[in-house]
Amino acid sequence: MSRIIFVLVLLLIILHQDNWFWTDSQLVFGFMPIGLFYHACLSVSAALVWWLAVCIAWPKLDGPNLSKGATGPEQESPLPSAATQSGRHA
Amino acid sequence: MTQLWIISGYLALLLMLGLFAGRLFRGTTKDYMLASHSIGPFLLLMSLFGTTMTAFALVGSTGQAFKSGIGVYGMLASSSGIIHSLCFFVLGIRLWNLGRTHGYTTQIQFFRDRLESDRFGLLLFPVLVGLVIPYLLIGVMASGSVINGITQGRVVEGQVVDPTFSEGTFPSFLEQGTQGFAVDGSKGGLPRQLASLVICSVVLIYVFLGGMRGTAWANAFQTIVFMILGVVTFFVIAGKLGGQDSLLANLQSIAQHVPQEKLTRAGLSKLLFASYLLVPLSVGMFPHLFQHWLTARSASSFKLPVVLHPVFIMIVWVPCVLIGIWATSDLIQIPPSVRANPNVILPFMVKRLAGPVLGGFLSAGILAAIMSSLDSQFLCLGTMFTEDIAVHYGGKDQFTDRQVVLMARCFIVVIVALTYFFSLFDPRGVFTLGVWCFSGFASLFPLIFAAIYWKRLTKAGAYASVLAAIGTWGYLFYQSGYAAIEPFTVHFDLGGATYHVMPVMIMFLSSLAAMVIVSLFTHPPSDETLQKFFPDPPTSS
Repeated sequence: MSRIIFVLVLLLIILHQDNWFWTDSQLVFGFMPIGLFYHACLSVSAALVWWLAVCIAWPKLDGPNLSKGATGPEQESPLPSAATQSGRHA
Repeated sequence: MTQLWIISGYLALLLMLGLFAGRLFRGTTKDYMLASHSIGPFLLLMSLFGTTMTAFALVGSTGQAFKSGIGVYGMLASSSGIIHSLCFFVLGIRLWNLGRTHGYTTQIQFFRDRLESDRFGLLLFPVLVGLVIPYLLIGVMASGSVINGITQGRVVEGQVVDPTFSEGTFPSFLEQGTQGFAVDGSKGGLPRQLASLVICSVVLIYVFLGGMRGTAWANAFQTIVFMILGVVTFFVIAGKLGGQDSLLANLQSIAQHVPQEKLTRAGLSKLLFASYLLVPLSVGMFPHLFQHWLTARSASSFKLPVVLHPVFIMIVWVPCVLIGIWATSDLIQIPPSVRANPNVILPFMVKRLAGPVLGGFLSAGILAAIMSSLDSQFLCLGTMFTEDIAVHYGGKDQFTDRQVVLMARCFIVVIVALTYFFSLFDPRGVFTLGVWCFSGFASLFPLIFAAIYWKRLTKAGAYASVLAAIGTWGYLFYQSGYAAIEPFTVHFDLGGATYHVMPVMIMFLSSLAAMVIVSLFTHPPSDETLQKFFPDPPTSS
């Protein structure tokens, strides 16, 4: 994880502890308790941070050419062959 | 009766989906357990989200908001938005890669290999199964409660009025209730125990036939259903409760009637709130999520779930929490029997305010959320019994693919039967049971994280971590009167003040400390294992 993503996730975790709205009962738009509204915004912010993470900090994988395609070592054929059907479990 | 027909129609639709998925089954174990690694981004998003959103998210969140106000969203929803995606990002992708490279199907296969310890599986297996069973119970009990709640009559002066089923339709111990078994009685509705049996049977059939592919499809379908119907529920209940001309006017009108204490977290300890942040780490150790991760077609399939998971959580949780606090207003009378069991607040509101047709669809939506978790858990336990015990100790070469699939199916039947049996007894609150279950998994998070990122983790350190986690979990669970004390917190005095934290913090720290200390004092893994799990970083070209 890149440093900027690490810092942003840490910031989200710190912002999650919103002591400042703890006993505030005001209603945003006249219906949404501000404590709930704040945390809903935090959910949206989390999505933005993870979008950034996907864009700039996607992990480099160690496996054999698995990061882009579906060509794993035990990739199976689309239809079961007779050998597979009757073969031993491995 | 209308609701019951609609729910029946929905369940029939699911069965058809299971039958269709069963027709595409390729006959191999990899296909039955991992859908041949064929799940793309959209299906992965929907199946991961559907699996993590349970009765706990819909029924439990509404009930908890009814009891203690809006704090429940911050405690578990916004924290999950951050932590779940973190787990997908730092664990899911890595474990998918290791699973594809080395052919793992279960967590225990990975740990046995990583820790160079066959016996470690024998310790971890009962711990994982023991923690998944209460998670399953949450879904089975909640599904029965929802169907019973939506079909039961009104209780007026001790008499059931307008029941779906007249007295004498079912055995008296189900209709009247018995101490320790069917405690609550059916009140003219379909008895909870029978409703749970129907749900278990439907899930069993489509998991049995369709395996992981059927499960992933059913999850995606059910996730779409419960998200759409959840939003519709919200609008309908707002319209009925507010009685104004526009949606905004309705919302504003209702909010004026909600007691002040439900709009804030005034009664909630700040430290306790902070300690809840550890609970969503449970996602990192859920065995059924591990299995779902391995179904991904490619690493890129994870991108959509990582980004959209927090938003999906918000779409489901915010309406539920608002409905929960609305139920505390003077706009609706909540009967004492409903007030005493917050699990039924949501079905009660739906039934009272949505009318029979919409009520039926909305109940189907709630059941969709519940079943989309049950299926993955049943399949996962069947897979674990098959791969980690039967095949592992019976010998890989002793069974054909067909025999292994048959074995997995048999195990699934046994697990469903056992879970159903346990669900018959006196139910605990969905929220309370859920938190205990998630806390247990969260306390094992240090282990899975270290297994991927810390070369120095040793076999002894892993043993110490698991033993510390289950030791503290067992002790604190016992102290809570086996979840009878709600909410149960651990408190300590410091500087003349008393502080409360969730039990998960003690479990997590014990597990972490035991793992680190013991690992540092024991022999590190072999070079061969380290090279296998921590190869030199790929060079960029």
